[in-house]
Amino acid sequence: MDFLDVLIIIVKVVVAFVFLLINTLLLIWAERKVVAWMQNRVGPTRAGPAGVLQGLADGIKLFFKEHITPRNVEFNVYILAPVLSLLPALLIFTVIPMGPSFAIGERTVSFQVTDLNVGLLFIIAMSSTAVYAVVLAGWSSGSKYPLLGGVRATAQAISYEAAMGLALVPAIVYAGTLSLSELVAHQSGRFAGLLPNWHIIVLAPSFILFFIAAVAETNRAPFDLVEAESELVGGFHTEYSGIRFALFFLAEYINIFSMSALAVTVFLGGFNGPALFEVGTFPASLVGVVWFLVKTYAVVFLFFWIRATLPRLRYDQLMELGWKRLIPATLAWLGVFSIVLGFVRFGAPWA
Amino acid sequence: MEDDILPSDTAVEDAPVGGTSGDESDRRRIKELWVSGTEEPAWVTASTDEGAQEMLPREQELAAELHAQEGTSVLDDRLYEEDVIADETNIINMGPQHPSTHGVLRLQLELEGEIVRRAKPVIGYLHTGMEKTAETLTYLQGGTNVTRMDYLAPLHNELCFSLATERLLEVELPPRAMAIRILMTELNRISSHLVWAATQGMDIGALSMMIYGLRERELILAFFEKVTGLRMNHNYIRPGGVAADLPDGWEEDVVRILEVIPQGMEEYKDLLTGQPIFLERTQGVGVITADEAMAYGLGGPMLRASGVAWDLRKSEPYSGIENYEFDVPIGEHGDVYDRYMVRMAEIHESVKIVRQVLETMPDGDYRTGDLKVTPPPRARIDESMEALIHHFKIFTEGFKVPLGEVYQAIESPRGELGHYLVADGTAKPWRLHVRAPSFVNIQTLPVMMADQLLADAVATIASTDPVMGDCDR
Repeated sequence: MDFLDVLIIIVKVVVAFVFLLINTLLLIWAERKVVAWMQNRVGPTRAGPAGVLQGLADGIKLFFKEHITPRNVEFNVYILAPVLSLLPALLIFTVIPMGPSFAIGERTVSFQVTDLNVGLLFIIAMSSTAVYAVVLAGWSSGSKYPLLGGVRATAQAISYEAAMGLALVPAIVYAGTLSLSELVAHQSGRFAGLLPNWHIIVLAPSFILFFIAAVAETNRAPFDLVEAESELVGGFHTEYSGIRFALFFLAEYINIFSMSALAVTVFLGGFNGPALFEVGTFPASLVGVVWFLVKTYAVVFLFFWIRATLPRLRYDQLMELGWKRLIPATLAWLGVFSIVLGFVRFGAPWA
Repeated sequence: MEDDILPSDTAVEDAPVGGTSGDESDRRRIKELWVSGTEEPAWVTASTDEGAQEMLPREQELAAELHAQEGTSVLDDRLYEEDVIADETNIINMGPQHPSTHGVLRLQLELEGEIVRRAKPVIGYLHTGMEKTAETLTYLQGGTNVTRMDYLAPLHNELCFSLATERLLEVELPPRAMAIRILMTELNRISSHLVWAATQGMDIGALSMMIYGLRERELILAFFEKVTGLRMNHNYIRPGGVAADLPDGWEEDVVRILEVIPQGMEEYKDLLTGQPIFLERTQGVGVITADEAMAYGLGGPMLRASGVAWDLRKSEPYSGIENYEFDVPIGEHGDVYDRYMVRMAEIHESVKIVRQVLETMPDGDYRTGDLKVTPPPRARIDESMEALIHHFKIFTEGFKVPLGEVYQAIESPRGELGHYLVADGTAKPWRLHVRAPSFVNIQTLPVMMADQLLADAVATIASTDPVMGDCDR
């Protein structure tokens, strides 16, 4: 590894970080616009053309607002929690391949901060870590509503973490790898000569189960019990203000994007799509990035759509859905899929 | 409650905890202490300040109060052993500034985990002394006051006040005035129920319902503005008739409303009624039995959802509502879902009534011919000195109402709205008391909330459709 390699890594990290921040501002604006249209409203219109700078304006406002620290907080933990929520959200994105790799001179550069061979495992681990932020925020606030939010977060994360992990296993079994770039490579080409060879065709139930679990994992409606504005006021972030609150907000949207990106990578073919240029050169790789973003935003749109439509589940109903329906369903599907795959790959055991 | 506001003086040791005023000797003792002592005794302060409203730990609470908070005053349906949970609960304050307490209702909940074991509604945060204000306003001005009480059903308040006054005056109304009143109040019932549907949806997390409900309501408010000049607080229905005749072209507007409302209802059905999450969140939640509902004096959709077919429009018809055909929808289980279905059905019934009023609107005057109550027509004022004087007298001094008292009840969107009016022969009421449906509904919250989850408590508050302006007055 020489200086150039280090430089490439630094550039990648900075690009990914800046992209996520700008992307979040756009997502906040997009959500407000989409939900507004679904509700016969116009949404933000003032800041920038069609209100597109609204997220930026809100961010600047939050940045300069006074931090109100309640008297009963456990200060160190209270400060640590927002950072803890943002870190895993940022880290998850580092292993997601955004486009095909391309060559610069002798080197091959991938559109991915780092290509871990256990990428999927890393993502599951990181998304589990994110719940500590919510729990610690709820506990350290020293207030009753956040505490209830924190308790809810614990239960919810444990239930849906399991379901999410299990929903991903069939994809791992099918592709035979934990590396996200290899998962994407496994989905190139055609399925039965007609359709794109995306995992969703074979693993549709997995995709649906994963998506439900992902919505719960990101604490979005109808599983937003952790915040539950009409019940717990703001849940775990009730006592947070200014930039501390903004970090939670940022983490939520980055998580939405990362989970959608993960769904696209594992089930929807990642950056695969009709290539318009010669593969392996720089502009061709950008076409892949475009495909990746189009698919990801389509999945993100599903998040928004669901939020505008569905009522919130109750705490006990959430647990029931998780343990009595989602986890058995993922297990059953995993069993069925593994057996069928075994027959297809290795033939019948008696043959 | 903190130790320092508990009774410390031996002489007042048996003083009531919780701020209720004691007997005569207690009060004398307070006075003595106040005059002679250097400082107010702590529990005197407690009896007047907000702290007296705090929910206390179980061992400090009076037995009757405990029953009220557990909702077991009528029917003991507790699902737990009292001694088991004694030190595993947590008293939490909800409101008056909470997003889903519909204004300034304050609740104190004893939670075991997330399960509500006791609930105590605290009211009075919107108390503005409107009943007292009514004593300083003439009968003609009274409408401006009462219309601000239940601000989601202002026309019902006005109608009730006007009917009470008219009964004391013994004036007869022309049929057109009565029909206009029914038209306006039934439209108001629809708009009020639409706000309820919107907030019920929002409180259980269906955010879009909020906007959809208000969207349809807007049409009705626009019609109200056209007729009365204002979207709320109309002072349109006045003793002796209504303020003005319906404007030209009102039929088209009503026809449009009658088209749009049922369309909107279809959308709500798609969004909520068939939605599995909505059903799970509402069915079997916030149950109140028919016995309990009657014991607490509930009325309106809350009572009907429990299966009691009681509607003042049928049992004590007013303003000629008996001339129109409509059904009284009733529920069965008395849960949030039944209250939802009853209110939705009531919107359909009100649409039916409005359609009949539209088809049979009689001609004639829109106010009584009794010159004592009715100001002279505008044209007469230009040509007659007496008419001018008469007009001036009516609007400054007001008309005198003969000695007497009356209780008039109507079916407001929230239940039985009653005005008790005492007249002493002058132009202003001696006393006005309002039997507010929201006030009665809120007292049943502990019954419905007990032994349910916090999220259900929110759905339950929404389903009682409280208007704090109505409750606190």
